[in-house]
Amino acid sequence: MLSLPIFLVASVVKIVLVIFILLTAVAYTVWLERKVVGHMQNRWGPSRVGPFGLLQPLADGVKFLLKEDLTPPHVYRPLFIAAPMIAVICALTSISVIPFGTAIPVAGHIIPLQITDLNIGLLVILGVTSIGVYGVALAGWSSNSKYSLLGGLRASAQMVSYEICLGLSLVGVLIVSGSFSLQQIVESQRGYFWGFIPKWNIFYGCQFVAFFIYLMAAYAETNRIPFDLPEAETELVAGYHTEYSAMKFAMFFMAEYANMITVACLATILFLGGGNGPLFGPPLLRLILPTFYFVAKVFVFLFTYIWVRGTLPRFRYDQLMAFGWKFLFPLAIANLVVTALVVAYRS
Amino acid sequence: MPQNYVPVFIFIAVVGTLIPITLLLTKLVRPSNPHREKLLPYECGIDPVDRARGRYTVRYYIVAILFVVFDVETIFLFPWAVKFKAFGLFGLLEMLIFLGILIVGYIWIWQKGALEWV
Amino acid sequence: MCTGWYTSDMAPVATTFFFYFLSGLAILSGVLVITRKNPVHSALALILTLLSVAGLYLMLYAPFVAGVQIILYVGGIMVLFLFVIMLVNIERSEREKQFNQQWLPGILAACGLGLLFVLIYVKGKALFSQPVITMPETENTQRVGMMLYSNYMFPFEIASLLLLVAIIGAVVMAKKRI
Repeated sequence: MLSLPIFLVASVVKIVLVIFILLTAVAYTVWLERKVVGHMQNRWGPSRVGPFGLLQPLADGVKFLLKEDLTPPHVYRPLFIAAPMIAVICALTSISVIPFGTAIPVAGHIIPLQITDLNIGLLVILGVTSIGVYGVALAGWSSNSKYSLLGGLRASAQMVSYEICLGLSLVGVLIVSGSFSLQQIVESQRGYFWGFIPKWNIFYGCQFVAFFIYLMAAYAETNRIPFDLPEAETELVAGYHTEYSAMKFAMFFMAEYANMITVACLATILFLGGGNGPLFGPPLLRLILPTFYFVAKVFVFLFTYIWVRGTLPRFRYDQLMAFGWKFLFPLAIANLVVTALVVAYRS
Repeated sequence: MPQNYVPVFIFIAVVGTLIPITLLLTKLVRPSNPHREKLLPYECGIDPVDRARGRYTVRYYIVAILFVVFDVETIFLFPWAVKFKAFGLFGLLEMLIFLGILIVGYIWIWQKGALEWV
Repeated sequence: MCTGWYTSDMAPVATTFFFYFLSGLAILSGVLVITRKNPVHSALALILTLLSVAGLYLMLYAPFVAGVQIILYVGGIMVLFLFVIMLVNIERSEREKQFNQQWLPGILAACGLGLLFVLIYVKGKALFSQPVITMPETENTQRVGMMLYSNYMFPFEIASLLLLVAIIGAVVMAKKRI
């Protein structure tokens, strides 16, 4: 238990650190994606700037700063500038309730590796994600261009449709864990059953169907292949950010990858047991291991994201809507009823 | 404001100042050479015809309103789910009635073709 | 992982600042909603109002209501509003007269609302004798669940009927051929 001033100071320090790490992670997720997709397509990916192209994100950042930033006269100026900011602020804010690992002792205080644990942590993430829709919708509308408007409309319709499935897929986890607090959800998945299988929700709570629904909904929420219709290059140029350039474009880019990371963190916490894993070795190692497990699981999830991008083609828009409303939605309802039955039977 | 929520507000404040500052910074260093052709709406090189904000299909509206309805349903499920273990079978029965009524509506809109996009 | 280190007691922090900040924001954006000519601006101001009201709910130690406010009103209903507004011809609505000068009903309504406000302020202290709600913040959602699914079971089931009506109404109005 921390006293109030220490709690506030600790959270400010954590906030600055987390923002720095998150932005770096976003930059290197882009690098990872380019590299991995490059190798999948028999190319090298970035390889010129630094060893293995590792300095490529830095070069990209400088380029975004120095490029000409056009604000065409036909756009609706205030919202045109506000839209990318809304998108990126919403994308970054959800990270503030994610638990990254255990608590570590710093100068005599036990500091949890989480900016703050809320009793409605999950609701906060859902709420912030749903505000993120505005960034996309307003970008499309304020650009005053046909491609942008179509892209923005498609994106917002797709995001709201899959938000339902996303929310329903979480209900099963809530039944098993009995809390909105992400910290407590992770706690509830500690331990093993039948001797060796970890008590993660995906195994113990029989939430593999929910995990599948979550995966699909998450891919659609972040506008990624196979659901990247809002920015389908072959039809809509670049969708809602057709008219954007330089730093404002970079903000949409950052928002997309930050959302990917949040979604990966959330999947890890809700279904894959968060930072839970076998602990061994000296005390210091025991403190670091949960964070290591967490990051490893997030990495696997992100890699799958990229893998899917390198493998699957794009859906058609009617297929996308049918998949969401006619397949995932009933499946999610069935899953939650079955989960409730199983839990009621167990207790 | 309850203690645990303050960091979220601090986070939003930090990000909310950081992002506009970045935009202002780029304004100082970037070049600016506007040109008539560059400033046209992008339409693959052809001069734009007609207004951009035309009418669009009503299906987007149907999707949005169905979203609102089912979002309310999801929100009703949340407090039920976190307290489910205390309710047991009675809670399940209660929720099945609630879901049953909505599923009737769901089947109806499917039958009427409101879920078709074509 | 060690348990029990997360702070479960929720001390109120900077209550005065947050109250005046959030309520000021709510009032300011509420005024903007009715004075802006551009409906998109009005919608955005309304979103800001709803968000600051959600903040006020948090201050009242009702986090679940705050979460629902954000997810449903900001993330759901306002998206629907924006979709509809995007259909409207903005250029025309900006030229139209914003207020229809109906002074008498306006003044009457304002007086009625003012009277109600004064009445609540005077009588409210007797009605709600307990100045501070002492419900633990940690249990808020669970309590809402308990109340909703035991005491208020019947209204809850009626709500599903309302939702059913909403579904049918929406589809009937929006689709040309049923």
